[in-house]
Amino acid sequence: MLSVVVFAPLALGLVLLAVPRVPDRVVLWSWVAVSVADLALVVALWIGYDPVSGIGHETNLRWIPTVSAGYHVGVDGLSLPLVAMTAVVFAACAVYSLRERRAVRPYVVLFLLLQTASLGLFVALDLILFFVFFDVSIVAMYFVIAGWGHGERARASALQFFLYTFLGSLVMLLGFIGLYLAGGTFDIVELAASNPLAGQGVLGGLVLLALVVGLAIKTPTVPFHTWLPPAHGDAPAAGSAVLAAVLLKMGTYGFVRIVMPILPESWRQYASVIVIVGVVSVVYGALVALAQTDLKRMIAYTSVNHMGYVILGVGAAGLVAGGAEQARTLAVTGAVTQMVSHGLITGALFLLTGVLHARGGTYDMAAYSGLARPAPRFALLFAVAAFASLGLPGFSGFIAEFQIFTGSLGQAPVATAIALLGILLTAALFLLALQRVFLGATEVPAGRHIGDVTAVEATAIVPLLLLALVVGVFPAFLLEVVEPAARAVVELVAR
Amino acid sequence: MNENPAAMLPELLLVLGAVIGLLAGSWLPRTRQWVVRLVAVAACLAGLVAAAVDLTRPAQEVFDGTYVVDAGLGAVRIVVLASVLLVIGLSVDGFAGSPRETELYVLLLLGGLGAITMAGANDLLLLVAAYLLASIPLYALTGIARTGSGTEAAMKYYLMGALSGVTMLVGATVLFGVGGSTQYADLAPALPGAPRAAVAVGLVALLAGLLFKIGAVPLHFWVPDVVQGATTAVAAFVSTVPKIGGLLALHRLLTTALPGSDVDWSALVAVVAAVTMTLGNLGAFFQDDVRRLLGYSTISQVGYLLMAVAAAGRSALALPALGLYLAAYAVTNLGAFAVAAALPHARTPADYRGAATRHPWLALSLAVCLFGLVGTPPTAVFFGKLVVFGAAVDAGLAWLAVLAVVNTVASVFYYLRWIAPVFRRRPAGGEAGDSGTVVAGAGTWSTVSAHVAAVASVLLGITSGPVLALVALP
Repeated sequence: MLSVVVFAPLALGLVLLAVPRVPDRVVLWSWVAVSVADLALVVALWIGYDPVSGIGHETNLRWIPTVSAGYHVGVDGLSLPLVAMTAVVFAACAVYSLRERRAVRPYVVLFLLLQTASLGLFVALDLILFFVFFDVSIVAMYFVIAGWGHGERARASALQFFLYTFLGSLVMLLGFIGLYLAGGTFDIVELAASNPLAGQGVLGGLVLLALVVGLAIKTPTVPFHTWLPPAHGDAPAAGSAVLAAVLLKMGTYGFVRIVMPILPESWRQYASVIVIVGVVSVVYGALVALAQTDLKRMIAYTSVNHMGYVILGVGAAGLVAGGAEQARTLAVTGAVTQMVSHGLITGALFLLTGVLHARGGTYDMAAYSGLARPAPRFALLFAVAAFASLGLPGFSGFIAEFQIFTGSLGQAPVATAIALLGILLTAALFLLALQRVFLGATEVPAGRHIGDVTAVEATAIVPLLLLALVVGVFPAFLLEVVEPAARAVVELVAR
Repeated sequence: MNENPAAMLPELLLVLGAVIGLLAGSWLPRTRQWVVRLVAVAACLAGLVAAAVDLTRPAQEVFDGTYVVDAGLGAVRIVVLASVLLVIGLSVDGFAGSPRETELYVLLLLGGLGAITMAGANDLLLLVAAYLLASIPLYALTGIARTGSGTEAAMKYYLMGALSGVTMLVGATVLFGVGGSTQYADLAPALPGAPRAAVAVGLVALLAGLLFKIGAVPLHFWVPDVVQGATTAVAAFVSTVPKIGGLLALHRLLTTALPGSDVDWSALVAVVAAVTMTLGNLGAFFQDDVRRLLGYSTISQVGYLLMAVAAAGRSALALPALGLYLAAYAVTNLGAFAVAAALPHARTPADYRGAATRHPWLALSLAVCLFGLVGTPPTAVFFGKLVVFGAAVDAGLAWLAVLAVVNTVASVFYYLRWIAPVFRRRPAGGEAGDSGTVVAGAGTWSTVSAHVAAVASVLLGITSGPVLALVALP
């Protein structure tokens, strides 16, 4: 059934390609139907999954036996929440895109391809399978940005995005090949069990370097983040939402799924470097976001900041000497929760900026003022999303960041203290943005009318924020799935 | 002694097809030369069946050990014959009813035969003879359109080819002199005891011919000129089929005749691979003619292919990697050429602007093939690259793998220079008259060939497991 969830969007995409002359409305609604059905299936998978059983819904078929690569998929506490988040975000984007009028069929087909690639990546338990989905997502996103982005600049941004992340993926592939040569297989579960590079200091370090650089480019962390703001700035709203909510998680997910379990020794050895990279991303991302005048680029930089917390958490989990296992488990749980939370909230924020761009034609914050009067519901939604993003208690971001900080404090007190500054900075920048855009006398770009959020847009955005609220108030249903898997990872790292 | 001609059935079928085609073509009126096309297609199809059946048999040496029929040759036969079929498909639009239609098909069959024979040769003399058979039809093919640039390209190709051929013969003579035999099997024990310098000179001279054949640095200068000057169908053939035979011949020569030699051919090939992929990429960067761009791209692809040869003997993955990458490269490269053949009036990437609106499927095939050449999963070249990189790292050539990764990323740039305009809309109104017609009509047969190649590229990628297993057979 997992394979059905993964490949249903692709199947619809092929059907849409093959059938001539489908009306645009049918194309859009069929995407909504499939992504909602996919979401329902994921919910069924979640209900049928037993958190203490390890990997569930597993399929393991021979694929390329010559290099021991297989079609091995399954979900556990690390991937299931991300699969669910992906399904939710894509459903929201499908609804949001109902008003898309430009070249609808290729647009929808590309998103369906992205959907399959994203779901497939999170359930992949084989390095080659993981890599295939990783690269397909890059290609599809390139076309989304280049084809439906804003103007000539979008093509340059798309090219930069492609070259940068493609380079990252190939560096990662070299790391995979290193793992294969050491372990004799591409199967993630087998590699994690055999710990092939134990006791091979330099080689382990090199493979770790390749994997970390590859994943850090995708995440992105400072100093590999420079592709992100232009790509977001010029991408269409749904593209940005998917890019930030889902594609960035591929990087951080790679850390907990691949790097930490398979390279425990090297991870422990270099964990302090990871922690520092995380903290720098947190602070630098927040500071640069503070300086932005373009709303969308600002949110893009807050993604660097939020991903920094995740890196801090997974890095702290490698500092075995300093803290109890309980604390490290908490840090990893928080990191996974943060991935889910960031996906929901930033997805909503990018869709909201899309709403603004559709009305006003620009992301420049200076062009707007006092929008709370003409568009009160929009202002309310944006404020909720902004507060959720800055980590207000009651929303998922708070739960995640609280766990990361609590879990990391024992091992890396200084780093954690510095990272706390990031919270302060994000709070300041979101409040500043809210104040600039929504309060004061109403001003809009010349000749534009700012209407309020429509029912379709609200249907896309509100569920994302509601889910962030649900996770924030009743986190148990999520945490009891994540926690056993996080503990397993921590035990693997500590061996 | 095994002199069973049935072991060479695919080769004989090609000869038969060429002879029948030539005779029939001499007597047929110009409007009915399609009969020769059918003969050629039938010869290839029959050869494919025979080659597939042969794959199930154990490897054997025939004709006094001069020719080896094994899994490697089986793979080459299948890939070459399929490539010839694809080339015939994409040549129909341009050549149907032309005065030289028969000659084209016959020369294609002979060129394909030469490539296959090179791959099977287990003897220096046979290798040289196969080299000539794989070269001479191509000189004629290059000039077949009798255009100014075609003739110039043919001259250049011929002069370089003749020079490399002579060099190759000198190399064979030297190795014969120091090894006492032309057969690989006899050379293998004899060469380690021979004077090292003489073996090295002989080997390098032999390599000259093979490197010329596959278009590797430093004998690559003919590639862009031939690819640009010849007709698109011929360019597709010249840049694909000889490489298949040449690389397998190189692999066989190095692993069978020189395994124990203290001449470090692996390092030599690795350096050639590194320089080839880098120079090919640098050359492709700012090309404004899509076929010249493809020409340089084929040079860089040969660089990746040579990685597998450099790893030969040190990694068990090398031969399967070479086979898979060759098959992947052949279909993907032919697909890109098929698109160029379908839109013969579009010469520069800018000419392709708006092609996606007029020919969405053709544009999709082009994107699949070009991203395939980059090495994006799930197309076949990705899996080829994966195994080749794995083989290189396994053989202790990690630096080469890193360089190949850097080159792969750099190659994205020029492939995207071609893909990007395809999906851009033409500016409304304005210059619609002049350049709008450039991408107007797409040739039916070339379009079909492009689709077949694109689909094959993806399918071969997904099924690369079983394909690899085939080549990996002992």
